[in-house]
Amino acid sequence: MIADLPSTRLRRSGQWGIPGVLLVVAVALWELIVRLTDTPAWFLPAPSAILGALVHNWQLIGGHTLVTLEEVLVGFVLSFAFGVGVAIAIAYSPIVERAIYPIVIASQAIPIIALAPILLIWFGYGLTPKIIVVVLICFFPIAVNTVDGLRAADPELVDLLRSMGAGRWKSFRTVRLPAALPYLFSGTRIAAAVSVIGALIGEWVGSSAGLGYFMIRSASQFNTARVFAAVLVSAVLGVVLFVAVALLERWLLPWQHTGRDG
Amino acid sequence: MVQQSEAPRVIARSDATPRLELAGVGKVFSGPSGPVEALRGVDLSVADGEFVAIVGPSGCGKSTILNVVAGLEQPTRGEVRLDGAALQDRLGRTAYMHQRDLLLPWRTVLDNAILGLEVAGVPRSEARARALALVERFGLTGFIDSYPAALSGGMRQRAAFLRTVLADRPILLLDEPFGALDALTRASMQEWLLGLWDELRRTILFITHDVEEAVLLADRVLVMSPRPGTIVERAVVGLPRPRRYEMVTEPAFVALKAALIAALRGDGGGVR
Repeated sequence: MIADLPSTRLRRSGQWGIPGVLLVVAVALWELIVRLTDTPAWFLPAPSAILGALVHNWQLIGGHTLVTLEEVLVGFVLSFAFGVGVAIAIAYSPIVERAIYPIVIASQAIPIIALAPILLIWFGYGLTPKIIVVVLICFFPIAVNTVDGLRAADPELVDLLRSMGAGRWKSFRTVRLPAALPYLFSGTRIAAAVSVIGALIGEWVGSSAGLGYFMIRSASQFNTARVFAAVLVSAVLGVVLFVAVALLERWLLPWQHTGRDG
Repeated sequence: MVQQSEAPRVIARSDATPRLELAGVGKVFSGPSGPVEALRGVDLSVADGEFVAIVGPSGCGKSTILNVVAGLEQPTRGEVRLDGAALQDRLGRTAYMHQRDLLLPWRTVLDNAILGLEVAGVPRSEARARALALVERFGLTGFIDSYPAALSGGMRQRAAFLRTVLADRPILLLDEPFGALDALTRASMQEWLLGLWDELRRTILFITHDVEEAVLLADRVLVMSPRPGTIVERAVVGLPRPRRYEMVTEPAFVALKAALIAALRGDGGGVR
């Protein structure tokens, strides 16, 4: 496809080349400064020490990662179903729109980090409060973008389908939903990137497992290298989710990538 | 599509029920500053297999006529008869084509073409087979698996045409289908449509603001007045078929064109 044209590939390698080099230089500088100034490891560990901590505690970190990953995935899937469902209701029913849409937007003004302790009181130390925090964070970008997408359908296209004798459902499946998909996906990409943050907030407030729990435990023991190792893993988790959604989008919406270059 | 018997049509042409009839159709919209009368007392009929063109200045309610015929709008006054029957629900009975091609960007050319059949409940495989049989005639060979974004304007319009013809409805409503094309592409598309119509002989109601296009393509031309739109002149185009683009310079063509332009401007003047 178009993605394999040399010019595109060149552009993409250029896209990643500069930040890649920048990152390598920054890490090297970090290593150099820590070694030259003899900074104590509890204050700022060298990248090599962080990598060492990661390798050394791999089984421990791996276990906590799985816990966080479960919270993220369950929360993410729920946010998706919930966000798309609410978006469809808002886009199709003026009453629902007037009743719910302002609340959905206002809900974003609530500092979710402040809600986490309350969720802890209500639901205890288990998975539930973490999943709820993930949903609270991820739901919004998915819902708002999908609403925009459902409204973006060309009214003349909707009329064309109607003139053909298509019912509401056929028209939704054939025009509205496909037109909304690019918007839905951009909301979902944002949600994927922030979903890990939601899980970590939930874990910080109260938990017995997960990367957030591991960070807090390691920090209280001044094992800073392990904190950084956990930060690294959670960042990788977020990026992997983001890329997974982006790849899914490319696969499901091939037409999105023909227009721009072809 | 062409299976409808060829022989009886010639006899039926004169006194059979028209495919489409508008009787005293009026349409009033409620605008922000009071009601707007778009159409007033529109009478017209299109016989089976006839090509009728409506010319009118922009904003005269030409497209409203098509919206009313298609059933997207209901007339405020008068009635619309399809095959003699006054129907309230006309959705799905006509094939409507707009000035914009309105191809779905997420569907390939082939899957766009079968949209009308799909809505009518024809199985996809059968619909695709029927589309494939016409692909060459529509100049889309080699592009059936492309997305519309990869096509030129003329090709996109031909793909939209394929979708309209393939929908297999008794009447085609064409709303300035060449309006968005450059002059050169438009001329070649007009010739292409002439050839296609000679083969298919479908009933067509064609809207345009271009008098020359109307005369070149149609059996009859109706002229509309500015808003509220009503039909102020009716002319039979006597040019023989098959027609060619070169005919636009023939004296008979030029005379009819001049008379229609005069009617369009409101100068009156006998066209018949």
